Amino acid sequence: MRAGEGVKEYKCTVWSAGAGCHGSCGQKLYVKDGKLIRIEGDENNPWNQGRSCSRALALKQYMYHPDRITTPLKRDGARGEGKFVPISWDEAFDTIERKMKGIREEFGAESILFCQGTGRDVGGPISFLAYSYGSPNWVQLGLSGQSCYTPRLGAMKATFGDFMVADCSQFLEKRYDDPEFEYPEVILVWGQNPPPTCPDGFFGHWIVDCMKKGTQVICVDPRHTWMTTRAKHHLQLRPGTDGALALGMLNVIINEGIYDKEFVAKWCLGFEELKERVQEYSPEKVAGITGVPADTIVSASRTYAKAKNAGGHWGLAVDTAPEGTTVAQAITHLWAITGNIDIPGGSVIARPSHGVTTYPYTTEELVELYGQELVTKLNDKRIGANEYKMVRGFRGWAQPDRAIEACKTGVPYPIKGAWIQTCNPLGGQATRTKYHYEALKGLDFIVAVDLFHNPTTMALADIVLPAATFAEKETFRSWWVPLGVTQKAVQVGECKSDWEINFELAGRLNPEIRQRWGSVRELIDSRLQRAGLTFDKLVEQGSWAMPPDGPFKPYRRHERGLLRHDGVPGFNTPSGKIELYSSVYKGFDIDPLPFYREPVNGPVAKPELAQQYPLTMISGTRNPLFFHSEHRSIPWLREKCPEPLVDIHPDTAKELGIFDGEWVFIENQMGKVKRKASLSKTVKPNMINTEHGWWKPELEGAEPTLFGVWDYQINQLVPGPQDSQSGFGGGQYKVTQVKLTKMPEGGK
Amino acid sequence: MSRYGLMIDYDFCTGCHTCEVACQQEHDYPAGKCGIKLTKFEYETFEKLCIDYLPFPNDLCDLCKDRVAAGELPSCVKHCQAAVMKYGPVDELVKDLEERHKRVLFVPK
Repeated sequence: MRAGEGVKEYKCTVWSAGAGCHGSCGQKLYVKDGKLIRIEGDENNPWNQGRSCSRALALKQYMYHPDRITTPLKRDGARGEGKFVPISWDEAFDTIERKMKGIREEFGAESILFCQGTGRDVGGPISFLAYSYGSPNWVQLGLSGQSCYTPRLGAMKATFGDFMVADCSQFLEKRYDDPEFEYPEVILVWGQNPPPTCPDGFFGHWIVDCMKKGTQVICVDPRHTWMTTRAKHHLQLRPGTDGALALGMLNVIINEGIYDKEFVAKWCLGFEELKERVQEYSPEKVAGITGVPADTIVSASRTYAKAKNAGGHWGLAVDTAPEGTTVAQAITHLWAITGNIDIPGGSVIARPSHGVTTYPYTTEELVELYGQELVTKLNDKRIGANEYKMVRGFRGWAQPDRAIEACKTGVPYPIKGAWIQTCNPLGGQATRTKYHYEALKGLDFIVAVDLFHNPTTMALADIVLPAATFAEKETFRSWWVPLGVTQKAVQVGECKSDWEINFELAGRLNPEIRQRWGSVRELIDSRLQRAGLTFDKLVEQGSWAMPPDGPFKPYRRHERGLLRHDGVPGFNTPSGKIELYSSVYKGFDIDPLPFYREPVNGPVAKPELAQQYPLTMISGTRNPLFFHSEHRSIPWLREKCPEPLVDIHPDTAKELGIFDGEWVFIENQMGKVKRKASLSKTVKPNMINTEHGWWKPELEGAEPTLFGVWDYQINQLVPGPQDSQSGFGGGQYKVTQVKLTKMPEGGK
Repeated sequence: MSRYGLMIDYDFCTGCHTCEVACQQEHDYPAGKCGIKLTKFEYETFEKLCIDYLPFPNDLCDLCKDRVAAGELPSCVKHCQAAVMKYGPVDELVKDLEERHKRVLFVPK
């Protein structure tokens, strides 16, 4: 059924619960009699050009699922008993207001943590609520070392003064047909298999689009994936040794003189220092560290450096490497010294579309939204900001490893409550999960905002508020491009959007809020002002807008004086140059140049541990059917991957007597987790690879089962805290030593 | 009247499952019923490990006749993230097979 005949069409941007991802796809929702009857990709949206994904197309099953939470709930029994009763929104807001005001009065606003998960639209409303309440402790709780994109963002900001992404024409309205665009000759894909992933502000299949037109890829990945099997060079490194490999490639490119000499002379600072540093990392030495043959390192470096234009794309493995911020810095240097900066098909500077902030990615954006005075004042209380200068100086996160320790120890001060919003740390990102569970269990007051019960709501929540999917709410997005809005197409139960919930509560906790904005719509319009647009105007023009020529659109903005406030050509760094020797890092008391460090619990640093637990486990491999810990209850998705698998090399399996399809335990000093064996040569014999985010919604929710979280949550085997001096990066998700043991009767 | 089919460029199929759920939504098929089934092939040549994916249309595929009648593409073709599926008359799709390797033509029942 199409539009007409009582069917109305709504165009939306998908950056929220539902599909769940980081993307900015345009989708069309068809509604009849107040109910969603169909979702279709929007062919007029330049981001996805009509394409969709399994999760978005299963939206009906997600929205109208019988397990969906559709009213506010309060706990009616002990924590974890699984007894909740429906309450009205008024009662929920009154209770939360009273409790939160009480905690603020007695212990200070900082004693409540505001916890989010992945980088989707909740970042805007949750930081708004935290700052309105007066707490600096906005945190991706459980995400050790904030090891998802923040380390890379920090490195890019330090090196370039801006963020960068691989250019696949996404900033141009006509996309691949725009005459300004040139397909990259090469894309260097570091630590990610982009197609099944929803990379940050990027559509994984754009790289596939380019490959079809002849772009060659160089893949850095310990696994074989669809993309590595099509790569010109596959650098199959030992997990966690990314830093050494990047330095080895820099060594080859600098020593062979195949870097862009003119670009380096004109736009880079600190090349001589970098040159000296990389002498410590000859291809032979790096081959010894990484396991990648020296001649492969040399030939891949040549392919990358000699390409006319080459893009740089990367993933979370960069962040999780020890000293993730430093590994990311070394990779930014590869992009810089080859001159692939802000050129068609290179790496281009990416700023929030039209300069609009939805979700603050920089300190500057936080200051703009909340004022220097409040940000400075809150920084003194922000967990981790006093221990780590980079945590203090870049963005506004509380440091997650320190934050959970504060819950347990009361240092630097007691934590009394948590606001956990569309985020399931116990079923997903939390390393040392039992520690998180115990620490959070001791808090006085916990609110969870979610769409479904999950191990976190079940174990911890006193109040649960029902959140909306993107089809049920108004929201906006400016993460790179396009500037997009989501219209509300339908209402499900009493669910509210994250913005509505947080706006109402912020107004109750801080009277200034209601003086500034009368509604969420007014707040959104005030943020869109910078683009000269309104919510309605954006809806009218198809729900998206591309930035006009200027600071928010490539190319060669450094030459045109579009990047700096003073209008002088150059980059937005302290020196105006790309800083290969980073004055910003120096200010953070971390090495201004990249260096390599072994993973702290890896087989080289701890051979005795590796003797006991001989296999290196990578956790967090992505599955296109699920987004992190979501979607396990959606029939169309779960049927295609009913059980959590572990990839085991056939030789290893043979040695251990493990058969394909048999249930096994993955085990180490932290505990043991169940997985179904999948024999595959995509991993080396000394490695295993498995997905994260597994729990089973079909199992009992009440304790002790908690939907099977203790049987399937893989991150409970990952130790903490983070392995980095900057405070960012080094969550040990990709290098955990384990062993495999058979289960009695193959787990039957 | 010419016969219609689906040409699939399986060199670039990444195994994202979009075609399957697109089919299920379009036909309102329950879980367990689907007009196209993604298949994964992991194998070794004498030189290297290979991974190929191929979606295989079956007897539940009606080439989205209602959509096509309304002037739209079959749902799997439209939504494919890798844009590797093409719908058309068989005699035209055959020409795509001549253009490049690792392509296959299905003519569902």
